[in-house]
Amino acid sequence: MDKVFASPKAALEGVIRDGMTVAVGGFGLCGIPEQLILALRDSGATGLTAVSNNAGVDDWGLGLLLQTRQIRKMVSSYVGENAEFERQFMSGELELEFTPQGTLAERMRAGGAGIPAFFTKTGVGTVVAEGKPHMEFDGETYVMERSIKADVSLVKAWRADPSGNLVFRRTARNFNPMAATCGAVTIAEVEELVPLGSLDPDHIHTPGIFVQRIVVTTSEKRIEQRTVSKG
Amino acid sequence: MPLDRNQLAKRAARELKDGFYVNLGIGIPTLVANYVPAGMTVWLQSENGLLGMGPFPTEDKVDPDLINAGKQTVTGVPGHSFFSSADSFGMIRGGHIDLAILGAMEVDEQGDLANWMIPGKLVKGMGGAMDLVAGVKRRIVVMEHCNKKGESKFIPRCTLPLTGKSCVDMLITDLAVFEKRGGCFMLTEVAPGHSVEDVLSKTTAKVDVAPKVATIDA
Repeated sequence: MDKVFASPKAALEGVIRDGMTVAVGGFGLCGIPEQLILALRDSGATGLTAVSNNAGVDDWGLGLLLQTRQIRKMVSSYVGENAEFERQFMSGELELEFTPQGTLAERMRAGGAGIPAFFTKTGVGTVVAEGKPHMEFDGETYVMERSIKADVSLVKAWRADPSGNLVFRRTARNFNPMAATCGAVTIAEVEELVPLGSLDPDHIHTPGIFVQRIVVTTSEKRIEQRTVSKG
Repeated sequence: MPLDRNQLAKRAARELKDGFYVNLGIGIPTLVANYVPAGMTVWLQSENGLLGMGPFPTEDKVDPDLINAGKQTVTGVPGHSFFSSADSFGMIRGGHIDLAILGAMEVDEQGDLANWMIPGKLVKGMGGAMDLVAGVKRRIVVMEHCNKKGESKFIPRCTLPLTGKSCVDMLITDLAVFEKRGGCFMLTEVAPGHSVEDVLSKTTAKVDVAPKVATIDA
């Protein structure tokens, strides 16, 4: 079965529907599957639940799908870079589930690993723990968090081989490996497709079993905070 | 004079120890990296997936794939490593990070911390702050003592949504240093030119005063 698709549009075909849950890799604008997000916008799918650490910025990343009102609900840890997000949330147009960043990563990891829920100290005594089961372990209080499974996961990798093995680059890895595991269908946008057998098996970050579709794209890789030293 | 941002960072840097793995929050905590004493090795962890964070890159070394948790372009020091968000928060939640230095909107006398949300006004999110205060071995808050209206930010009971309960081990403000000892905060240092009475008059939290209060070496 060929996992390699000719374009982002082709890679999304047949798996996108209204009201679905989409997990998206990336931290800020770093390591986001930017061309797949553009294709998801162009698909016109609406009522989406987007699971992503951030919500992009107003004119890039998931911010594009907020502008077009295709997202009904976001599950995120930090959305501070997005004015349109804030506006839609304050006016009640957008549902938001704030999840601490580590809990979000673990919820996606657990979802991909067949673990329906887990306990963590993070958030105990705060609003994120309200209404959730608590349990004492070794004299400390923990809160139960449910795992996340997505209908489709969109991830960004540096290199892939045709079997779907992925290698990420630097801090662009972030949430991508967990997003890749928790999707019923995972689609990877990659910078380079290399021949089967050419990736060192010891250096593969995400094994191909987690990846159903691959598309090679040219990324813009926008920078949010360009900070330099004079050297 | 109250301490300025750099003096605050310099005072916080005195809490670093050789070999520490440290997570620095956004804002003043980030400046602590500039005051790591010479000869001391401190590994800076950036929760987006970098251990061994270095300074900002020169123009020719800017890489969009290499950023810190503040989304700023950075570099790695020799020996740095990259990892996923799950591994990163495994370090944080698993108690492997020695010290976290964070900013705050409010701290109260129980050591509760609020730094992520103002209902109806500000919706940004907690990011990794709740994980850091729940999992890191020692938590130091660095903040201005009073808000823009001149009201104490170190108060009897937090009014804003909490980031964590009873999680602040040390509070460094532009006026004073408070250490949590046996469930209660103790005033241990004051900024140059400020008296204990002056600090207490600007503090609504109930605190003990150390037998000997030092002046911060700014």
